[in-house]
Amino acid sequence: MSAVVDSHGHGHEHHDHHGGYSGIMRWITTTNHKDIGTLYLWFSFIMFMTGGAMAMVIRLELFSPGLQWVDPDFFNQMTTMHGLIMVFGAIMPAFVGFANWLIPMQIGAPDMAFARMNNWSFWILPFAASLLVISFFMPGGAPGVGWTLYAPLTVQMGIGMDLTIFAVHLLGMSSIMGSINIITTILNLRAPGMTLMRMPLFCWTWLITAYLLVAAMPVLAGAVTMTLTDRHFGTTFFNAAGGGDPVLYQHIFWFFGHPEVYIIALPAFGVISQVIPAFSRKPLFGYASMVYATSAIAILSFIVWAHHMYTVGMPVTGQLFFMYATTLIAVPTGVKVFNWVATMWKGALSFETPMLFAIGFLFLFTLGGFTGLVLSLAAVDIQLHDTYYVVAHFHYVMAIGAVFAGFAGVYFWLPKWTGRMYDEALGKWHFWLSTIFINITFFVQHFSGLAGMPRRIPDYPLMFETWNKISSIGAFGFGLSQLLFLYIVLKAIRSGEKAKDKQWEGADSLEWTHLPTPVPYHSFETQPVLK
Amino acid sequence: MASNWVRILAVSAAGVAGLTAAGLALAAPWNLQAPVTKIASDIHSLHEYVMILVTLIFAGVFGAMFYSVYAHRKDKGYKAAQFHESTTVEIIWTVIPLLILIIIAWPATKVVIAQKDTSQADLTIKATGYQWKWGYDYVKGEGEGIRFVSTLTTPRDQIEGRAPKGENYLLEVDNEMVVPVNKKVRILTTAADVIHSWWIPAFGAKQDAIPGFIRDIHFKAEKPGIYRGQCTELCGKDHGFMPIVVRVVSADEYTKWVGMQKTKVAADAPKNIVAAAETPRQ
Repeated sequence: MSAVVDSHGHGHEHHDHHGGYSGIMRWITTTNHKDIGTLYLWFSFIMFMTGGAMAMVIRLELFSPGLQWVDPDFFNQMTTMHGLIMVFGAIMPAFVGFANWLIPMQIGAPDMAFARMNNWSFWILPFAASLLVISFFMPGGAPGVGWTLYAPLTVQMGIGMDLTIFAVHLLGMSSIMGSINIITTILNLRAPGMTLMRMPLFCWTWLITAYLLVAAMPVLAGAVTMTLTDRHFGTTFFNAAGGGDPVLYQHIFWFFGHPEVYIIALPAFGVISQVIPAFSRKPLFGYASMVYATSAIAILSFIVWAHHMYTVGMPVTGQLFFMYATTLIAVPTGVKVFNWVATMWKGALSFETPMLFAIGFLFLFTLGGFTGLVLSLAAVDIQLHDTYYVVAHFHYVMAIGAVFAGFAGVYFWLPKWTGRMYDEALGKWHFWLSTIFINITFFVQHFSGLAGMPRRIPDYPLMFETWNKISSIGAFGFGLSQLLFLYIVLKAIRSGEKAKDKQWEGADSLEWTHLPTPVPYHSFETQPVLK
Repeated sequence: MASNWVRILAVSAAGVAGLTAAGLALAAPWNLQAPVTKIASDIHSLHEYVMILVTLIFAGVFGAMFYSVYAHRKDKGYKAAQFHESTTVEIIWTVIPLLILIIIAWPATKVVIAQKDTSQADLTIKATGYQWKWGYDYVKGEGEGIRFVSTLTTPRDQIEGRAPKGENYLLEVDNEMVVPVNKKVRILTTAADVIHSWWIPAFGAKQDAIPGFIRDIHFKAEKPGIYRGQCTELCGKDHGFMPIVVRVVSADEYTKWVGMQKTKVAADAPKNIVAAAETPRQ
């Protein structure tokens, strides 16, 4: 894994030519993996704040029982768009941004394999996001059906639903192109000596994620296309009156939807697998078993989809099969957690901001994993399905898991990307504020869920008031803390201290060991040779 | 220096937040509702059993991690070991979780099989989800032929904050479903428009109501009383405003109730059916 290189093949003298354009045209026409990575990351942050603002509206309405701020229709639109924007607009593009920045540098390549397609995969995104936002201004508003877009409720929606369907199509195209690019880059552009089993784990998790995306996104496209034809062209895929079945939609959706969970989680695992060894000053424990565990998770993710559907009324054999298959995922996931802890064990640990977020990820993601195990038991899930317990569970693995891994990654690589250090004290503030507030937000939702509060309701019985008040206060605090993150990043870019070539003592992948800081515009103009 | 301040402030903030939450927790419901059926209490015990297991594992794994965080620090001058592989260890921590899963799956399987056994019911009731109310048809057993619609009675004034909220805010209906105690009741669910979900937490019974299809669940309530739940599948604007209320009564009271309904049904049923069938989308 720790590759030794005998040739410094980068060209210092070329690092300031940025293609033919300057200003805004540079960003529109760029085919450079770093520029595109930057675009992805900023886009994702804007979406994170947009989706976050919607979460604030949700928590504001839920602060007290009764309807105070928004009507139920608009509330449903908020929950729907919060989910879609966070999943497709914030988390996925963030990790594609990381992939763009890091994969060529980590495997010793000059750029991504398909540089022009790379430009296109990014520039589709703003149009897709605009469609989602424009749907609010259509007659009937945005769809209020939940991010899962279940039929036949989708058939009742206004034209905003069609815009959302097209947005999903565009997002899917973007993801598929991005994935093909990543697969081709990793399989073809590795430097001599960089065998697959010597790649940094981040490249491995992305390689597997890219395959998941290529397999899963077309399924989602199929599901929403059927919704579109049911709405407008007289088909009855999801309508029993015409021989269809509403539950068919759920099967198709979750056949995409469960791999999607790992599409979000695996790149996060990759980031964590880079950060923990670096601050433990010790190689990643069980590199090979990490690769196998990641692959096992990816394969299992295709045979567990109906655990999202324990209450639709499957036969007993169906309930049991999906229960057993789902619990099995705990095994490879457990292997990963054990390996991370073993990496830290007897290391020489230090706790800079990236490491804090990585430890936060490890602890809280595992907590979310355990509630996942509880939910995987079909018998128990009957009580918890579509309650706030589920909301708490998936926010622990996504809003805390994936987002914390994202923060860990940004703090870890920001010095490499910008050539400047962030303010360490402020970074720690950001970590502690985020951790405290996000737990106040979501931990109590386990309780309201157990006690019986359904999700996606704008108003609730009085017994749930305490938990909702606490949760809302936590959410406002978490939302505000993210403004601090923006400030930290901007401050680093404008006036941060100059970063070293190898900013972190324990970092050992090529971008730290073989490229100067800031990185030249074309990472490796001659391939490094690894022994 | 700055980082010490961060630490002190963070720890005290966490302490205050933790104590406040703990104080409030004493007052608020935080666990599954008290079960009144065998299945609900089985779910309850299964949940407790799994929670104990995972808490132990969690404590073990993160005990090790936090020990490492405490002891293996660079600022204490700890030198990093360089081990990074052990096939034996990997096999051990693959096999042990597998065994734990089997220990969990065994009792879970028994509950799943019991949940799915809807045979030999004493009473069968069809629950139909409408936007946004429930219709009930007693299709088999004592009270066969009774049918009515069950709608939220919480006044708009309470919802919009013009009147103080009542005790059963959002959990009260005009016509409760009435069933006899200690009898196996089979609920057939279906829907007229979109997917809804019928749920009574105290019974451990939840089943989606799917338009065009019939699905079933069962419960046998062991204690008379009024039990309340809510629709749990997003079904449009008033998803939060279509509760489910079941009144469990003794066999005698049930017979009396059936008698009363029969006379009422003779007069009201046609009206109810028409109302149900023509429920407009609001």
